[in-house]
Amino acid sequence: MNSVLGDKKAILILLGPALLVYTLIKLVPVMWSLGLTFFTGNPLSGFEFIGIDNFTRFFGDPQAIAALGFTLKYAVIITIAQVGLGYALALMYVFVLKNASSFVRTVVFFPTVLPTVAVGLLFSSLFAVGDQEGPVNAALNLFGIPSVDWFSTGGGTFTVAIIMELWRSMGFFAVLLYAGLLDIPEEMLESARLDGATGWKLVRSIVLPLSLPVLLSSLIFSANNSLKVFDTVLALNNGGPGGETTPLTLYMFRTVFSYSDYGYGSTIAFVLTIMCFIVTLFIFRSARRDNTKA
Amino acid sequence: MAINTAPALPRTSASPTRTTPSAPRASTSRRVKKIISRTLITLLVIVEIYPLFWLVMGSFKTQNEFFSAPTWALPQSLNFDNYVSALTTGSIGQNLVNSILVTVPSLFFMIALGTAAAYALEVLIWRGRNTILLVFVAGIMIPGQMILVPLFTVYFKSGLTNTLWPLIITYTVMGLPLTVFLMTAYFRAIPREIFEAAAIDGSGMIKSFFLIGVPMMRNAIVTIALVEFFSVWNDLLIALTFTTKSELATVQVGLLNFSDEYGSTQYGPLFAAISINVIGMLVLYLFLNKQIMAGLAAGSLKG
Repeated sequence: MNSVLGDKKAILILLGPALLVYTLIKLVPVMWSLGLTFFTGNPLSGFEFIGIDNFTRFFGDPQAIAALGFTLKYAVIITIAQVGLGYALALMYVFVLKNASSFVRTVVFFPTVLPTVAVGLLFSSLFAVGDQEGPVNAALNLFGIPSVDWFSTGGGTFTVAIIMELWRSMGFFAVLLYAGLLDIPEEMLESARLDGATGWKLVRSIVLPLSLPVLLSSLIFSANNSLKVFDTVLALNNGGPGGETTPLTLYMFRTVFSYSDYGYGSTIAFVLTIMCFIVTLFIFRSARRDNTKA
Repeated sequence: MAINTAPALPRTSASPTRTTPSAPRASTSRRVKKIISRTLITLLVIVEIYPLFWLVMGSFKTQNEFFSAPTWALPQSLNFDNYVSALTTGSIGQNLVNSILVTVPSLFFMIALGTAAAYALEVLIWRGRNTILLVFVAGIMIPGQMILVPLFTVYFKSGLTNTLWPLIITYTVMGLPLTVFLMTAYFRAIPREIFEAAAIDGSGMIKSFFLIGVPMMRNAIVTIALVEFFSVWNDLLIALTFTTKSELATVQVGLLNFSDEYGSTQYGPLFAAISINVIGMLVLYLFLNKQIMAGLAAGSLKG
């Protein structure tokens, strides 16, 4: 029977096509990009081998360092805020809204499925419609606060980007963490309550430790995605003003397609890949247990 | 929004400063707490919904209303001129067609290839299958930027950038790692005995795949199709890189460059264009929100 389950022809027919396109379109390009990090130039001008000059250039390039800094700042703030806010919402679903949470959960989740470009354009209008006030400034004025010119400064654009990303994704992380909270056995909470643990104490001593695994995976997922931020900043303010909100992804894109330096662009992509790799290693750590069980 | 007040030891644990006072004070503080939590929840729902409401209202306004009326004013009339303009002059109609032409084949290829590969990797038994699975799964963490330059070179040189094929090919491959990973997990949940029994009855493994594997995976396929639909439909990076002609732009690229079609920003049509996107997703979400929420959550925790 094992000869049937190990039928070579079946393996080839079923796995072959997927493995072939995966190799051609993913593995080969990755190797190719790795090779390009040692060159400068583009297909029209030709390539020149320059060893590790791209890497020394990267760390001496103020724009690259700024992009790296922006990426890290964005990823850290978004990751902490997304998961923190999501967890607060999830706790609210479970402990305050209880069985009535379905409507709120569904409404708050909805923006998750919207295209980032659409949300980006919407938010840039919310904060300023051309030279006119958007609803946000109008609301600020209502409370006597003067209007803010959000998109003329890097800090303002960054703030809008953070608010927008949280608006879009908090419902998603809430649902993710909510599922984790539901897995906590009711008897456990009940007995903790009988022991006098209520409110904040219950959350801190029982709920939080038990939801650590799902919190950890959410953190890793969130960090991994926010490191790759691209559409958000592009749609919001085109990476500006003056490149102040340009992450590595966008800097790489511009290096390749505006300045035609394929080698240096690949180097930036490689740095980004290494950053994602470090974060993702943790996913495998936490997911390996059920992976190897076959 | 019924907040349960029945249990003796309430689970209103959101408040950090919970005292354990005498009975009458407890009921007042509970009422205050109830009002606070209801206000917060109402505020939350408003924060999520108002921007979308404001967007759709804006899609009915004239350029003049944008600049003379207060920003929260309702439109003076409900006419659909902006939508007509967005779909034709703004070419969102063409963009939508392109997006559909790209998304449908991408999902089909991704799921067909991914399901077959997962079956070969999980149900069939052979040496090296774990290594191959690892190679696929490792692809999840590689950002698109890492394959952009070589693929652009090849697509450009072969003249494919004048067609939608670069998008279909790239999306198919970029979706494969997650599809294979999730599908192997779903196949793992099926008792092996089913396939072994089929093998004893003389069914070949390819026949078992189509007669047993695929039908049992129907729900899993729907879940993965939903997850991948959003990542393909909402993608900007690949679509922006691999289409050189504006007639080939997908809906995200079209939105990003929307104002170029008019020369200056026409807010009414722009809002209509964004609204078309939002309303399309809303319709889908109204029908499938349970599956979408479960699917996206599963796709992220495992990925």
